[in-house]
Amino acid sequence: MSETVRAQRASPAATRLRRRRAITADRLIAVLLIAPSAAAIAVFVYGFIGFTVFASFTKWDNLSPDFTWVGWKNYAALFNTVRFRIDLGNTVTFTLLFLAICLSVGFILAVLLDRGIRGEAFFRSIYLFPLALSFIVTGVVWRWLLNPGSVQLGSTGVNLLLDRIGLGMLKTGWYTDPRIGIKAVVIAAVWQMSGYVMAMYLAGLRGIPEELREAARVDGANDLQTYRSIIVPLLHPITLGAIIILGHISLKIFDLVVAMTGPGPGFSSDVPAFFMFDTTFRGNNFAQGAGIAVILLLMVAVLIVPYLVYSLRTETQR
Amino acid sequence: MVRRIWWLTIVSLLAIWSLFPSSHVGAAASGKLEIFSWWTAGGEAEGLKGMFTAYQKAYPSVEIVNATVAGGAGTNAKAVLATRLTGGDPPDSFQVHAGLEVQKYDPPKYLEPLSGLFKSEGWEKVFPSGLLDLLRYQGNYWSVPVNIHRANVMWISKKVFSSNYLTPAKTFDEFFTLADTLKAKGIVPFVLGDKEGWEAGHAFEAVLIGTLGANGYRGLWTGKTAWTDAKVTQALNTFKRMLTYTNSDHAALTWDGAGQYLIDGKGAMEIMGDWEDGWFQSKNFTDYGWASPPGNAGVFDALSDSFAMPKAARNRANALNWLKVSGSKAGQEAFNPKKGSICARTDCNQMLFNAYLQSSAKDWAKDALVPSVIHGAAAYESWATKYKDAMALFVTSGNVASTQAALQAACKDAGVCK
Amino acid sequence: MALYALLAAFAILYLLPIYVLALTGLKSYAEVNLYRMWDWPAHVSLDSFVKAWVGSDAQGFRGLDNNFWNSVRLAVPATLLSAALGSLNGYVLAKWRFRGSDTIFTLLLFGMFIPYQSILIPLVQVLNRMGLYGSIQGLIFVHVVYGIPITTLIFRNYYATVPNELVEAATIDGSGIFGIFRYVMVPISLPAFAVVAIWQFTSIWNDFLFGVIVTPRPAVQPITVALNNLAGSYIVEWNVQMAGALLAALPTMLLYIILGRYFMRGLLAGSLKA
Repeated sequence: MSETVRAQRASPAATRLRRRRAITADRLIAVLLIAPSAAAIAVFVYGFIGFTVFASFTKWDNLSPDFTWVGWKNYAALFNTVRFRIDLGNTVTFTLLFLAICLSVGFILAVLLDRGIRGEAFFRSIYLFPLALSFIVTGVVWRWLLNPGSVQLGSTGVNLLLDRIGLGMLKTGWYTDPRIGIKAVVIAAVWQMSGYVMAMYLAGLRGIPEELREAARVDGANDLQTYRSIIVPLLHPITLGAIIILGHISLKIFDLVVAMTGPGPGFSSDVPAFFMFDTTFRGNNFAQGAGIAVILLLMVAVLIVPYLVYSLRTETQR
Repeated sequence: MVRRIWWLTIVSLLAIWSLFPSSHVGAAASGKLEIFSWWTAGGEAEGLKGMFTAYQKAYPSVEIVNATVAGGAGTNAKAVLATRLTGGDPPDSFQVHAGLEVQKYDPPKYLEPLSGLFKSEGWEKVFPSGLLDLLRYQGNYWSVPVNIHRANVMWISKKVFSSNYLTPAKTFDEFFTLADTLKAKGIVPFVLGDKEGWEAGHAFEAVLIGTLGANGYRGLWTGKTAWTDAKVTQALNTFKRMLTYTNSDHAALTWDGAGQYLIDGKGAMEIMGDWEDGWFQSKNFTDYGWASPPGNAGVFDALSDSFAMPKAARNRANALNWLKVSGSKAGQEAFNPKKGSICARTDCNQMLFNAYLQSSAKDWAKDALVPSVIHGAAAYESWATKYKDAMALFVTSGNVASTQAALQAACKDAGVCK
Repeated sequence: MALYALLAAFAILYLLPIYVLALTGLKSYAEVNLYRMWDWPAHVSLDSFVKAWVGSDAQGFRGLDNNFWNSVRLAVPATLLSAALGSLNGYVLAKWRFRGSDTIFTLLLFGMFIPYQSILIPLVQVLNRMGLYGSIQGLIFVHVVYGIPITTLIFRNYYATVPNELVEAATIDGSGIFGIFRYVMVPISLPAFAVVAIWQFTSIWNDFLFGVIVTPRPAVQPITVALNNLAGSYIVEWNVQMAGALLAALPTMLLYIILGRYFMRGLLAGSLKA
């Protein structure tokens, strides 16, 4: 290329013009690149959601769809159903307990592992690997572990273990006790997911500059105070992210309940997702199943949408 | 660097490999038969295999695809079946309970009517009329029954009964006297395992039969007997009392887990269908006996597994042949001894069956037949599900009034009661 | 020292369930007993594992071997495609903001939260119309589509931490949208890629619902469905099922053990920060 041409090409004005044109063309390509995903989600998520919402207002209760409009009848019937009311209560209980315990356990493990000790990788792998299992496997194994045994045949599972190590007074009926029910499932779920929370917090802790901790130490704060006033607040974004991921898992929980407890005595471990599956494919009541799905979606939306709006707003501020 | 390239190669090869369809899907189209069921293990799977062998003797060039889905007492399978039927990709034949359960598959639209087949195979002479009545829906037959299971059996631990000099109770009063004696000795009188949610409803069928009799029970499902009847209240109260004699861990156990009590000699009685016989055998346990539950003498609470054929089945000729085999003497004799049930046909060779099944076949021939609701014979599945849920709740709540109201409401929803 | 004791105590708690799984798998069916679950078997045998893998023709159930490879043919391409798509989307949404891109991102993200049981019937009908129903390719497609939200989220958050000056510098050097992706983003993507790969592989490998609905034919089903089928409708051979569960969980367990380090590195690099 000749000197003059290159010089011309490199002139500020020319560069700006070329760059602007390139950016506009690139902007178009960007939109095109995101389009297939957007289209897929539009159909496979929003299209289906629309269909489900529509179905929930119809009379569809057989294999051949019957789209006669019945208004709010299905929803009224749902809230009149004892099983559904129990399910809603179970979901709330499960979500609150699961979030609280999982976050705490994960945080504690992360703090313990953050000391830079030898064998960290070893312990970390042990706490992490329940994540590798499917909920079905977890459910099967914990069904055995939390089976209380019986007065006649003796204890089994965890109860048996408690007996053997002398802590027999801690025995309970676990999921056979209607007052406990879904709380037993929380234990299995925490076992599976706490490793993930631990990994998140560990990463977060590592991301906190040493200077901050130094400064606190110099100022005379002990460990507990350092954690409370500096570290935990800095970990808020992680806590929030974990709440979202764990929250939506717990609202949709299905495989674990199916494999571990089934609906439980008096439906004490039943969840809406299970009821939805049961009523749709066993009871053939597609419209009612769709209604439950819509309610589930609304519950998830109540949790997620404020978070999404908030996080986007804080980002645009950055 | 080298390792990265190596990984990349492996992974790309795998990716390319996946683009090619697996096994010989494109094999000879005429030579296939896809059977759909939820019989995936134990005696059921072996029984099915037996029938496959019988089929292949007659049609050796057909490849049988055994499509099964386990779990949830068939709920997973029903989900798959629903999507396949509506999605236009039905199996050639699928398992369905004989009776009103077939309604959930919208037979006029999706299933092949089989009355012609029944006539040409002469089945109307070989299947008992009680069974034929069950099979009829909207004037047609829609499935071929292979077996009969009995739901109202009281399994007893011989050891417990003989060492305590007891005999099986014929009435509920006798039952409770028996139960008190056993309870005092620290043995579980009435064993229950209701983790799956249907076992309570199953046991309650026997209580209903014992309290209302065969005709009264039948009337519950046809609208002739009111669910608000005082006898239903009595049945609920009886059942509630029975539940005070059951094992404390019933919610954690499936019916076979509860059966372990009988094997260990720590429990006395369990009301369960006769698949429990097959299970005892698989556990090498022989010290068990059987009797009718209190008040159930002379009544056979029946359920039957049958095979239906979708209208849009791809291999029609093979599917029809399959139905013929399922209804044939050879096919049923291959299937039932292994499955632990008796033939739907009345002309099977009884020597092939064990002691319990032989006695059950005799009962089948002479007892009054009533349909089981938990197992799809007596009512539409939507109603059966509501019944099941109401009884499952009853085990914990013990609330007779609200349960009876729920049962009545379920009957109304099904359009049978006013 | 107390620290080690505490960590070890937790470790034992976490390993208890696996101990039970393995122990039961080493027993024979006659020995499997709820009340002796902690006891060592009288005869240790690997029979259950073999039976779970190979199946039993006599007893009429299929083994896990075929379906294991189905799962491999499903999970590996699906994970790679999913990651590639996610990284492209994440890049576009992080660095090429246009009007409405944030709305698109939010709408995309919400797709992660729908309960999948509710959309099975329309899903099957749409897949059927696309000719994707009943094949592993169809299953790959489904997982890639429903993996879009989480993979896009992870990559977008990760790429958002890349300073804009780097992007501008590349623009000045004459790179366009693809150039920047190739020369700036991809080389540093390994940590995010590790997180996405592990997360997606695990959830695809362990998925049951789509596996059983989209591929109803046993020859093409993934291993989770085959594992579920080891249980009969009424009777369950616990020893075989637990042995099978362990076998089915091996690949993902190995993945976490071997690649766990990269997972941590990816998290450290901010891929999953809010």
